[in-house]
Amino acid sequence: MDVAVLVKQIPDPDTPADFDPETRTLVRSGGLVLDDSDSYGVEMALRLVEQAGGGEVTLVSMVPDGESSGLRTALAMGAAKAVVVSDPALAGSDALGTAKVLAAVVRRIGADLVVAATESTDGYTGTVPVQIAELLGLPSVSFARHVEVDGSGLRVERQTEGGYDEVACPLPAVVTVTAGVVEVRYPSFKGIMGAKSKPVEQLGLSDLGIDPGEVGAAGARQEVVSIEPVGERKAGEVVVDDGEGHRRILALLEEWKVL
Amino acid sequence: MAAMNRIVVLAEQREGRPLTVALELVAAARRFAGDVDAVTWGAGAAEVAGELGAHGVRRCFSLGDLDGALAGPRAAAAVAGGLGAGELADAVLAATTYDGRDVLARLSVRLDRPVLTNVVGLDDAGGALVSSHAVFGGSRVVRARFTGAGPALFLVRPKSFAPEPTGGGAAELVELDAPSAGPTDAAEVVARHVGERSGPSLDDASVVVSGGRGLGSPEHYALVEELARLLGGAPAASRAIVDAGWVPYAYQVGQTGKTVKPDVYLAFGISGATQHLVGMRGALHVVAVNKDPSAPILGLADLGLVGDVHQVLPKLVEAIRARL
Repeated sequence: MDVAVLVKQIPDPDTPADFDPETRTLVRSGGLVLDDSDSYGVEMALRLVEQAGGGEVTLVSMVPDGESSGLRTALAMGAAKAVVVSDPALAGSDALGTAKVLAAVVRRIGADLVVAATESTDGYTGTVPVQIAELLGLPSVSFARHVEVDGSGLRVERQTEGGYDEVACPLPAVVTVTAGVVEVRYPSFKGIMGAKSKPVEQLGLSDLGIDPGEVGAAGARQEVVSIEPVGERKAGEVVVDDGEGHRRILALLEEWKVL
Repeated sequence: MAAMNRIVVLAEQREGRPLTVALELVAAARRFAGDVDAVTWGAGAAEVAGELGAHGVRRCFSLGDLDGALAGPRAAAAVAGGLGAGELADAVLAATTYDGRDVLARLSVRLDRPVLTNVVGLDDAGGALVSSHAVFGGSRVVRARFTGAGPALFLVRPKSFAPEPTGGGAAELVELDAPSAGPTDAAEVVARHVGERSGPSLDDASVVVSGGRGLGSPEHYALVEELARLLGGAPAASRAIVDAGWVPYAYQVGQTGKTVKPDVYLAFGISGATQHLVGMRGALHVVAVNKDPSAPILGLADLGLVGDVHQVLPKLVEAIRARL
């Protein structure tokens, strides 16, 4: 079973961020890292390939500038190769534009299964994977908390409000996983050394037959009108616990009629 | 004059009752459109149509029991097909739920229109809707709008609007044969598992007790649950301990989890990353306990206690037990 895992390289969430006042796009200092949410999808994909008894895991990533350093850890974990789509025209893409590009990559490389995180940490729109499924005419199971190979398809446990649904899904398909669903392996020394020689294919929009006017800022059909500060919550009191701090909490719970 | 003629609301339901968030969406839609229609699925559509009508919905389109099919492909196909009437809505509102996202993602492709997601407010700006989005932990609001023609698709976070009953009669129930969505429809629910839970749900609880990485290890989360039980509230968690596998995703409060607006939010061992704050800053009262005096959550709490949760939490639980 060949699995494509959609991974996003994002600015380190721990670095300060702000908006560019001119373009109203998010800017952060520092380099790109692999979105932590994506490591669970990579791990899930590796396990499914092992379970299926063959096939390989391919990472698919879209970035404005050809960056692939954020993919090294995932390659070291065991992914066979990576495909990076990069084109200056991609900057400012909305989620649907992003989905069109990634769907074209999946179509090009072919995959029995597409795995992604339910949403990215920086943009968190949470719509791209299912948009890709619709573009490719595939079934999808979102919010998977457990996935296993079952005959020629998958058996998926999908999160629900009060528990989970057991879903049978034929392949090919798209599955999204929430963070924390599997324990992510640490790359071995051999894996880290081997990652350096794994193929990273760089593609542009022309390789995918996509019109630059359809994606990026040119193709986006939503725009930011304004960015404004919000009234801060009124700051309360910060005190150091002297061993009796729980009594202050009790007093407040009484005042607020919880007790 | 209404900004729009017709808005369609995705009204998810459970056991014949629309979800609270569906009623929130209806209240929002009524501000901007003369006609508000709803789409629902599952058993008990007549009851759902009754309650939706009492909130001002004109017609309730029911896709019936989906026979194990997932909602995403079917509901998207039905809305894209004009709900039997052949007319597309000016806007479609859905909630940021498991199914709501699936439906709008698929509808977005079918209509070739993008989706504005994580909406926390809507305004009429000269006949078009402008959506608000909380960023940087809710310290700033981004306003956005669609360009170009076609239906406006919004995914709205729960608790962004308040339900407003109108006292109207039942909505007209229109049964639709949910069109098959072809191969996209091939996934099938073969069994449903509903966990037993006591106490209020995280969405409805007036008291929420939340734990984070500062608890140190998964077994300490039991005290968070115990305190929630004693206070008649719901337990919750930061993303850090959900990612670490201590508690299920359904407990997660924050940008990638739930938005809660309880009367009282108690946070133990949560530093207050922006990703968490955006999900709880609407709480009326906040108490936070954290050993790091620079933890951001302390700054927005009515009481920020700089201390060891392993000392404070057991003492608090013990003191409350002694009073009951």
